[in-house]
Amino acid sequence: MADVAFDAALAPDTATVESPARRALRRLVRRKGAMLGLAIIALFVAAAVLAPLIAPYDPAAQAWTAVRKAPSWAHWFGTDEVGRDMLSRVIFGARASLLAGVISVCIALGIGVPLGLTAGYVGGFVDALLSRLTDAMLACPYLILAIALAAFLGPSLGDAMIAIGVATTPIFLRLTRGQVMAVKVEDYVEAARAVGNPGWRIALVHILPNILPPLAVQASLSIAAAIIAEASLSFLGLGEQPPDPSWGSMLNAAQRFMSNAPWMALWPGLAIFITVMSFNLLGDGLRDALDPRER
Amino acid sequence: MLTFLGKRLLQLIPTLFFVSVMIFLLQHLLPGDPALAMAGEERDPAVIAQIRAQYRLDQPLPVQYIAWISGVLHGDLGESMRMKESVLDLVLQKLPVTAQLAAMAIVISLTIGISTGVLTAVKKDTIWDYAGSVFALWGRSVPSFWLGIMMIVLFAVKLDWLPASGYVSPWEDFWQSMASTIMPAFVLGNVSAAVMMRHTRSAMLDALGSDYVRTARAKGLSERSVILKHAMRNALTPVITLGALELGAFLSGAVLTEQIFSIPGFGKLIVDSVFNRDYAVVQGVVLVTATVYITLNLIADVLYVLVNPRLRA
Repeated sequence: MADVAFDAALAPDTATVESPARRALRRLVRRKGAMLGLAIIALFVAAAVLAPLIAPYDPAAQAWTAVRKAPSWAHWFGTDEVGRDMLSRVIFGARASLLAGVISVCIALGIGVPLGLTAGYVGGFVDALLSRLTDAMLACPYLILAIALAAFLGPSLGDAMIAIGVATTPIFLRLTRGQVMAVKVEDYVEAARAVGNPGWRIALVHILPNILPPLAVQASLSIAAAIIAEASLSFLGLGEQPPDPSWGSMLNAAQRFMSNAPWMALWPGLAIFITVMSFNLLGDGLRDALDPRER
Repeated sequence: MLTFLGKRLLQLIPTLFFVSVMIFLLQHLLPGDPALAMAGEERDPAVIAQIRAQYRLDQPLPVQYIAWISGVLHGDLGESMRMKESVLDLVLQKLPVTAQLAAMAIVISLTIGISTGVLTAVKKDTIWDYAGSVFALWGRSVPSFWLGIMMIVLFAVKLDWLPASGYVSPWEDFWQSMASTIMPAFVLGNVSAAVMMRHTRSAMLDALGSDYVRTARAKGLSERSVILKHAMRNALTPVITLGALELGAFLSGAVLTEQIFSIPGFGKLIVDSVFNRDYAVVQGVVLVTATVYITLNLIADVLYVLVNPRLRA
């Protein structure tokens, strides 16, 4: 009789238990801003992938008969200083921006997370050394560090991605270290240690999966910052090189024709703004969805 | 307080040491031979050898570092290859221009950030609050160089209200100086205004829900007095210290803003030296920037403790 009562009391709870990932996904889907951001990102990714199919013109094709033409039915976004179609260049430019955003954050994750795990888990001298190095890197303003690195590496999209990735690394290193310090005193980590797991296994199998949510939020916000940084470096001539289209380098060219061809500056800038805003919306939504205080 | 200050100053030493090592290694460990870059197109072996000897590039890295850092500690940041001027003199010439821009930007950002932050907290969950959220998102997402270009198109090209570029010192003509820097200062302060707004809103919401505000209301004080005298005074202390940190961020933002508005400041100096491959200037500017940034961080920490008596113990 007592067993039946016990089972009955447990039944409703076990029926509604859902995994943390599923709960976070359910909360994320409820957030309109995050969903709008995700939809726009998907649209830009599709445009970047399908660029050769959907762009109305070759983005590098010059037409001396259509130099700096205002938006029209033939050229929806107008043309640039050598008659190239702005819409096609904005579509192809999405490749450089999205690639730079994602790859530079992957570089930062690839360096920052293992070093942060090591610093947080091992502690002692290694932690002190890595923490001072992080402080030193964070002491240099992000863009200035990226510009200095890009200057010494040379102007190209690949080198700009490395420069942005390295400049972003201390953010992930510090975040990972802090999260590891908080998690490594939890009972389940103590239990894993007690049964004789080696340190690397505890760090990778028991700690890493539990610190992924804050890293995912930071990654989304960092992609937004990296897209702006890539556009900034390209704007300064340190990123994607002409004639390959990039939103930043298109804005650089547009600077010289502000009075008679303002549309040259309007569209690439709007594309950067919308993409960055979408990653920020997604990052904010992810943060709220993964926050245990939010119900 | 003195113990706290002493501890914080001691912590600066290893950070500054690592910054100096990092900046020194930037030039030496990355691909490309600085001597070849300095030798120019002809690459005469005799010239390259002379450059190596002059800049101690033929000596081991630790020896080079010690020579460089002892120069830095004596106020010698090296000499610009292109401009044939001391890097320190160049920095001292350009820094006041950027400081003027940063000062104007912080005034703009505090004014917009605090007023919208207070408004959105007081009018929580109303159309004002939603508009504030949109403004914060805008500030975080808009690329400053694009905003600068669009402002030039509108205010200089279309309306002809302000000069499109250039810089006039306030000592020469105060009003002309304001006219030439108001747009770049707004561009610089825009992102920071959004950050300030978010922090002010959050601090104000905490303050408005606190016991002392409830007590003030219970005493029958007017809402205006409760907000301005009780809630705002406490909520603004962390925001003011945040202002010191934002000043450091302006050094980064100035790079692009000065480029767009052709302002001969610190940011333009770094970009020009990058393109001229003037490594001594790049190193010097990054070192000065990092030192200013670290000092502003220290000031922010000290201010925070000063205005928050609970942290002084």
